[in-house]
Order: sequence, then C-alpha cells, then structure tokens
Amino acid sequence: MSQHLSLIACHECDLLYKIDCSSRQGIAKCQRCGAVLVRHERHKLEQTLALTITGLMLFIVANAFPILSMRFEEQITETILFTGVKRLYDQGMWPLAILVFLTSIAFPFLRLMALLYVFLPIKFNRTPWKMAVIFRLVYSFRPWSMIEVFMLGILVSIVKLTAIAAIIPGLALWSFAVLIFVLAATATSLDPDLVWDRLDKQA
Amino acid sequence: MNKRNLTAAEMSLLNCHNCGLLSKKMDHVRVLLRCPRCGTQLHRRKPRSIPQTWALLVAAYMMYIPANLLPIMTTTHLGHVQSDTIISGVIYLLVSGSWPLALIIFIASVFVPVLKLFILTYLVLSVQLKSQWRPVDRTRLYRITETIGRWSMVDIYVVTLMVALVNIEGLADVEAGPGAIAFGAVVILTMFAAMVFDPRLIWDNIRHTHE
Repeated sequence: MSQHLSLIACHECDLLYKIDCSSRQGIAKCQRCGAVLVRHERHKLEQTLALTITGLMLFIVANAFPILSMRFEEQITETILFTGVKRLYDQGMWPLAILVFLTSIAFPFLRLMALLYVFLPIKFNRTPWKMAVIFRLVYSFRPWSMIEVFMLGILVSIVKLTAIAAIIPGLALWSFAVLIFVLAATATSLDPDLVWDRLDKQA
Repeated sequence: MNKRNLTAAEMSLLNCHNCGLLSKKMDHVRVLLRCPRCGTQLHRRKPRSIPQTWALLVAAYMMYIPANLLPIMTTTHLGHVQSDTIISGVIYLLVSGSWPLALIIFIASVFVPVLKLFILTYLVLSVQLKSQWRPVDRTRLYRITETIGRWSMVDIYVVTLMVALVNIEGLADVEAGPGAIAFGAVVILTMFAAMVFDPRLIWDNIRHTHE
C-alpha cells in the first residue's frame, strides 16, 4: 500500500520536494506558494516540556484567581474566568456559555495536557498509548484555543468599565498575560518530527 | 528540483495531513486508505471541500444578519435599560471618546468577519471558475483568513466579562443578548469554512509554465 520516501509535499499547494534529512536545522519554505515545509531546531524536547509545564501552572493560577475586581458604590464584585461562563448559562445563553468555556478553558487546557502526554514519555524513551491520535488533537485544538483573544477582551473590558467604576486587576490577569507568551513559545519550540520519528522507529 | 516541478497528486502520492508522510496510491484499491505511520485517513484533497465550504459560508451569511440586527448586550443601570448591537456599541465607544477601543471592536467584529466571508467566497468561486490569476496571492489570502478569524471572538469575551462583573443588585446589571449567539455562530462557521477549504485546489487549476 505504501512505501517510505525521502520526499515531502507542500500541504498548501501539493508541490513535491526532496528533503535532505542530514541538515536538521532551519526552516524550509515552499518556493511556489511560500508555505513553511519543515522547521527543524535542535534539542527542543526539553524546552517544549518545560514550557508546557509552565503553561499548565499559569493556567491553574489564571483560572483559580480573580481576573478583575470592580468597586462600584462601595460594593466590590470580582470575577474568575468561570464566573462569566456560569452567569451566561444562568441567563439562558447556554450556546454562548459553551463557546466561551471551550475556547477559553477547555481547549487551552486539553492542548497543554496533550502536549505533556505525548512529550513526557518521549523524554523517557517511551511511546504513549495512541500517541498519533493524541498528537493530532494538539493541532486540531490550536485554532480553538483563544487565550490571546480573551486577553484582548479583558483589556477592552477594563477600558470600558473604568468609565463607570474603579477596576482592580487581579492575579489571573497577569497569569493570562504571561501564559500568552508561554503558549506562543511552546508552539514554536514544538518539533512534530520527534513524534513521527518515534513511530518510524517502532514500525 | 530539476526540469518541471511535480505535485504529489501527479505522482499518485497521498500527503498525510497529520504527519506529512507520502504514501503511494494504488489505483485498483477502493478501500479507505490510512497513513501507515500515524493512522490518519488519507485523501488526495480534502473530501467535498467546495460544497462543504459553500454550505458553511451560506450559513455564516445567514447568521450574519441577526448577529448585526439583534442586541448583543443589554445594560440596566439605575433603572435605565439600554440594548446594544455590535454597531451601536462601536458608535457608543466612538462618541464617548475612546476611539482606539472603537477601532479595535470595529476591526474585530465588523471588518474581520466581512473580510473573511468575502475572501472565502472569492476563493471558492475562483477555484470553481478555474481561475489562473495570481495563485500565490490567493494562497496568501487563504492564510490570512485562517489567522485572523479567531480575533472576532473579542466582542464575545467582552460581553462575557461585562456579564460577570456588572452584577450589582438594584444598581447595574448586564445581560447577554441573542445577537451574541448569532455572532458567535458566524465566527465558528467561518472558521470551519476556512478549515474545510483546500488551498491545493487553487494550484490544481494552474497550467504548468516553465519558471
């Protein structure tokens, strides 16, 4: 049915390339459409793992502590991330509640957990169960994990609310800010070939 | 690469969209092919890409109408009730003097969704009409729609945070409106539309020229 070839095809325009596997560093781009073909960087496994664990810790802080507090006529209300989801649900806006829950809590968390699940065993030279399927989820979740968009939403809300009340940023706000950079760094440090080479070796 | 550049399809090779392994396609095999390395289903192109993209786009256009006509947020402040649609929210911000904020919300909630809908519609039409026009730029347009789409969610998150924070008995209260659901649907539908569209279809139509 198939045979392994030292060829790769551009995923955006289907053009074939012969790839020299000996030089495993740098970025190769498609000459025709400009898509990134391969991105190789050395010793990235430890970095990916460290960033993933940092990301998980920040994620917990970002969810457990208040994002914003508001003082309005001597009353203080504060909100953690989940309060918003719950209030939307209580107002009968459950499709919106689900959408916000998935994009700001569930998908970012599952993405980090999937990374840990795949790369921690690889570090100890083991192959986790269903590795290819779990790793595919990392890519499927990527567009749906919208922490950085959420951060922009927080900033817009702060400016909007300062017009009517005193706004106090909470610990989770800072965690979110750092988490954005950690998630971006995780995505760039990620070397998918670690996963596929492992499957090759097994076969 | 020497002489003429070949595509995987021309060599009857299937590119695994998950792990990038190329597999030889046997013409007489009629069963579903799976990648021998990672087990993902193999397709020459994303299956039924054009009809699926159309279906999602039409649905998104339809949801775009209630998204803009219905209120996304209703504010009750000291007995005074005010409903805001996306546009009236932008105008309110502009009038109240915070034009940078008005600009952010305008770009994320009005400009980006419309741009995305138009770009995807154009790309699907260009594939169906077998357009030869600037494939590199059309691929670039596709990449833009993939990246910018998610930023439209900003307004949804703002509504969520307002709902969560402005909740003071008898003084002020914010409720999400049905327009927010419709708008969320537009964002999701266009994101799916961008996912099911296969940019390789743009290149399949290009007649080979010597570069």
